[in-house]
Amino acid sequence: MSALVNHSLILVVLIPLLAAPLCMLFGNRAVAFWISFFASLFALILSLHLLLMVIDGDVLSYHLGGWAPPLGIEYRVDAANALVLLIVSAISTVVLPYARVSIKDEIAEHHHTLFFACYMLCFTGLLGVAITGDAFNVFVFLEISSLSTYVLVALGANKDKRALSAAYDYLILGTIGATFFVIGLGLIYMSTGTLNMVDLSQRLAPLEDNKTVRTAFAFIVIGMGLKIAIYPLHRWLPGAYTYAPSAISAFLAATATKVAIYVVLRFMFSVFSAKFGFELDTVRLIFFPFAIIAMFAASLIAVYQVNLKRLLAYSSIAQIGYMLLGVALFSSAGLTATMAHLFNHAITKGAMFMAVGAIIMRIGSPLLPKMAGLGRQMPWTSAAIVLGGLSLIGVPGTAGFVSKWLLLTAAFQQGYWFIALLIVASSLLAVIYVWKCVETLYLTPSTSNVAVAEAPLSLLVPTYVLVIATIWFGLDASTITVASQTAAESLIGGGYGGEATVMGVEGRK
Amino acid sequence: MDNLFSSGFIFGHMNYWLFVVLMMTGLYIVVSRGNLLKKVVGLNLFQAAVFMLYISMGKVAGGTAPILTGNPDEVYSNPLPHVLILTAIVVGIATTSLGLALIVRINESYGTIEEDEVLALDQQQERDELAALEEEVLKSK
Repeated sequence: MSALVNHSLILVVLIPLLAAPLCMLFGNRAVAFWISFFASLFALILSLHLLLMVIDGDVLSYHLGGWAPPLGIEYRVDAANALVLLIVSAISTVVLPYARVSIKDEIAEHHHTLFFACYMLCFTGLLGVAITGDAFNVFVFLEISSLSTYVLVALGANKDKRALSAAYDYLILGTIGATFFVIGLGLIYMSTGTLNMVDLSQRLAPLEDNKTVRTAFAFIVIGMGLKIAIYPLHRWLPGAYTYAPSAISAFLAATATKVAIYVVLRFMFSVFSAKFGFELDTVRLIFFPFAIIAMFAASLIAVYQVNLKRLLAYSSIAQIGYMLLGVALFSSAGLTATMAHLFNHAITKGAMFMAVGAIIMRIGSPLLPKMAGLGRQMPWTSAAIVLGGLSLIGVPGTAGFVSKWLLLTAAFQQGYWFIALLIVASSLLAVIYVWKCVETLYLTPSTSNVAVAEAPLSLLVPTYVLVIATIWFGLDASTITVASQTAAESLIGGGYGGEATVMGVEGRK
Repeated sequence: MDNLFSSGFIFGHMNYWLFVVLMMTGLYIVVSRGNLLKKVVGLNLFQAAVFMLYISMGKVAGGTAPILTGNPDEVYSNPLPHVLILTAIVVGIATTSLGLALIVRINESYGTIEEDEVLALDQQQERDELAALEEEVLKSK
């Protein structure tokens, strides 16, 4: 047992990584599902355990193969990445049982084991990006998750061929983003000679005016910006979310962009110093305006969508705007709001995409007008969409309210009442597109006479796990706020680079 | 500013100039070409440029290959960037092959690999869906 705890930092990545080839070797769809489900559950338990270990502000470090950093690769966990690990593994564990049923309609039978193998690889990549303390490792894991994501999105082609062009667009833009990121890493390696994040932060500290370091920062932020889908770089997102299989839309919307935001936070605060003037300029001149444009423009586009999945995708871009706004406030309170919104938006969007997937399974179309009057025929699924929608708007009692409240407080704290006003105004746009769903589901008379059955329990249960979580974390705001606060402190206060408890083997130099 | 145009600045950093030229050529091809295959070629060029950046970075003037010879005064190149870029090369190959596989599938489903034609077909499908929807609504009235 103690060995399990001592090596938990590596096991959380290793078990899903091993699960992927195992799925392929057994080649049986049921076995593949159970392997990936248990791998995911195992990762969830470990990341919950890790979060509990670091929630007081401790930092854990694991030396791969016992080789001490900075020469060896190090995995390092503080509250910020423990929270991201928890988001990724929790969403994956909930989505997998859903996927087992939902892919039956969407993906050819002989591709199911491949689906689970790819899913596990994607999961491994996302966990790896979050846990590693080595800058180049971030790139490697990022590409593991991205490459498998392209495949997973393209699997939607069985139902709609547009998934192929969406996956291709994502591949091109994602690769440009990752390559920019790797150029940035090359440039900081050139100026410091190290890749370990803690070591980097110490060596970069006196290099504020170094042009290479500044260029590196620009490359890293733009590269990850493509993966985050910061407003003008979001072109790949609507297509990928709309045409991917339902389970994948839910998984990606809830995790992929969140992990990319975490990487930017880690580089901004733990690798580069928050004291750098150019960082403040970036935040003021780039993050601020684009976050606000995203909040309004993407919400406005969402209002005019006929395809419900595309509507939710644009709403995601708008919500990413709120997360960036928290970063742009450049304060502990702002980061707390960002971290809380990462979690709250993940459960909200996950629940909504899963509910939409259940509707698509029943009526065969993601188009809103076809869903007219479904509120009566699929009461539970429709209620899930409405509850998720309330959380997107930020109605009190839902998780979305908690993070918006934190964001408003953070804005007021710095005297940006105008920004606070904009946050509220953009929420009104969310009211419009959520109302559009409610109107279609409940108030428009059905156009077809065909009776539609309620979604099967196997889809409803995972959806409601997230819906209940949305309400639970809306009523009990303290748990997630405390975790986010510790995470924000660790990021902005430099706790990540401080004393760390070394887990597992150490000693080799 | 005078050293900016000196021969040392231009020829001394030849690798980096070539990196910049190759990278921008690749990126330009990705952005400007409509043919999906040519885009992948551009992406490849773009990635190859980054390989060059890393390989140049590890070069030590007068250094040999980093192999233990028993001679403590042996000057050798930094092997780490080379190893790093081996990983990136593998990633590049995987991306290229996946991109090509997608192009094959796109060609099968759309019958073309020209981006504007694919886009036109996508939009056509969207219009058809909406038209069918309107018809359905009219019929039910």
